[in-house]
Amino acid sequence: MRLVSREALRSFRRSPMLSALSVAAIAFSLFTTGLYFLLSLNFTNAMEGIAERVEVVAFLLRGTPAETVTLAAQDIASFPEVLTVEFVSEDEALERARAELVEFREAYQQLQTNPLPSSLEILLKEGFRSSLHAAAVADRLAGFPFIDQVQYGQEWVARLDRIRNLATAVQLVIGLAFMLVAIGIIGVTIRITVLQRAEEIAIMRLVGATNSFIRGPFVLDGALKGVLGGLLALGLCRLTYDGFRAGVGAELADLRFFSGSDMLLMLVFGTLIGLIGSLVSVGRHLRRV
Amino acid sequence: MIRFTHVTKVYPNGSTALKDVSFQIAKSEFLFLTGHSGAGKSTILSLISAHERQSEGDVRIAGIHLSQMKPRDVPRLRRRLGIVFQDFRLLAHRTAAENVAFALEVTGARAEVIPGKVMRVLTQVGLASKAGAYPKEMSGGEQQRVAIARALVNDPPILLADEPTGNLDERAARTVFQLLQDINAGGTSVVMATHYLELVRQTSYRQLELKAGALVYDSREEGITS
Repeated sequence: MRLVSREALRSFRRSPMLSALSVAAIAFSLFTTGLYFLLSLNFTNAMEGIAERVEVVAFLLRGTPAETVTLAAQDIASFPEVLTVEFVSEDEALERARAELVEFREAYQQLQTNPLPSSLEILLKEGFRSSLHAAAVADRLAGFPFIDQVQYGQEWVARLDRIRNLATAVQLVIGLAFMLVAIGIIGVTIRITVLQRAEEIAIMRLVGATNSFIRGPFVLDGALKGVLGGLLALGLCRLTYDGFRAGVGAELADLRFFSGSDMLLMLVFGTLIGLIGSLVSVGRHLRRV
Repeated sequence: MIRFTHVTKVYPNGSTALKDVSFQIAKSEFLFLTGHSGAGKSTILSLISAHERQSEGDVRIAGIHLSQMKPRDVPRLRRRLGIVFQDFRLLAHRTAAENVAFALEVTGARAEVIPGKVMRVLTQVGLASKAGAYPKEMSGGEQQRVAIARALVNDPPILLADEPTGNLDERAARTVFQLLQDINAGGTSVVMATHYLELVRQTSYRQLELKAGALVYDSREEGITS
């Protein structure tokens, strides 16, 4: 292992320009891929923000005893899909209508009796904010005898579902394309390194080196370049992100950068590409010579 | 030690490099392979070192049939062969000692025994004082002696030399040849491909002459063998 590490470091020292170019190529490939995923992450984040508004409202029959509603609210709160359950009384509903529907304010003020029913407003947990889960919750709510009607904005939620599905598919396809291009560029870079050391490989074979011995320093070299390229790419992504935030100001304060695990994943991706790219390039070369 | 039995080698491009060649080389023998360029000398060395495989016939090294050898066993065979080329094939960015040590390192030799072994062979080839020199700082003859030291460091029973004097002036060529003779005197079989017929004539070592892939002369048989 010491010999493998020494040979890998020797390769860095011996051709610093080529090594720097390899790291730069890996860094820029991962940077473009990283930027795309950052964009994608924030788009998904924005979509999730919209989806937070997915709400199921259960209107209650007049005269339902308060204890029954309290017990039912506790029961509904224990549904796996449910985040919060809020009871809105008839009076609160009228207050809200007066405040929010200004064009009907006068009409509401002339009312002798309150026509609005009390309700339970139910917010769903992240991951359950789809038409499928909203409908499932609505079906279960309809089974309560004191619930008159259940609404969850079926059409709006279904449209949101379609947009999210389409966005996920587009993100996957483009993300995959970015990753493939990055793998291609990194593979070519590593191949150049292998060709540059073709003579050394020939001499290694001449003196009886096994293929695994020959591969060792290249694989370590590739993995090191992958780690360095990954770190550089993360740095460039951060710089771009900070620059963009500073440019647009507080309007897009909800923008997110990669989490710790996202960054770790990117580093692992860079390392694996470097490692596998080296393994494939040297393997091909060894089969050919 | 080495036995070729009706060996034919046809390269993928269709050119026939060897035609039905048979011979044996005994332990501790010194053998010249002679013939014009393209006669098949280097092909014989490539077959012995398992860089190529014969198309027909059988090649045996110390009783091992090379055609039955698995690819993973080839490095082990090469560690038992010392190989020297006309163009030295030294690593330019390593010193003489590092080039020699490299042949030990790839075999997994213990780090503490490497410096001693390296200095022993560099002394044997008369280059102990150049241990720290890089190839570009040495003459052609010195570079070839480093290559011989590298070939010897694993104590191989067979040394293959492909035109080892081809890039050297006469004085350097004679020094290298004397070195090969000394190595042979120590019990190592030496197979040397060469154009340098004057050198061949000055010695009584066995000579195999090839012409267009066929063995046409074996000095031990004193006649045309095929």
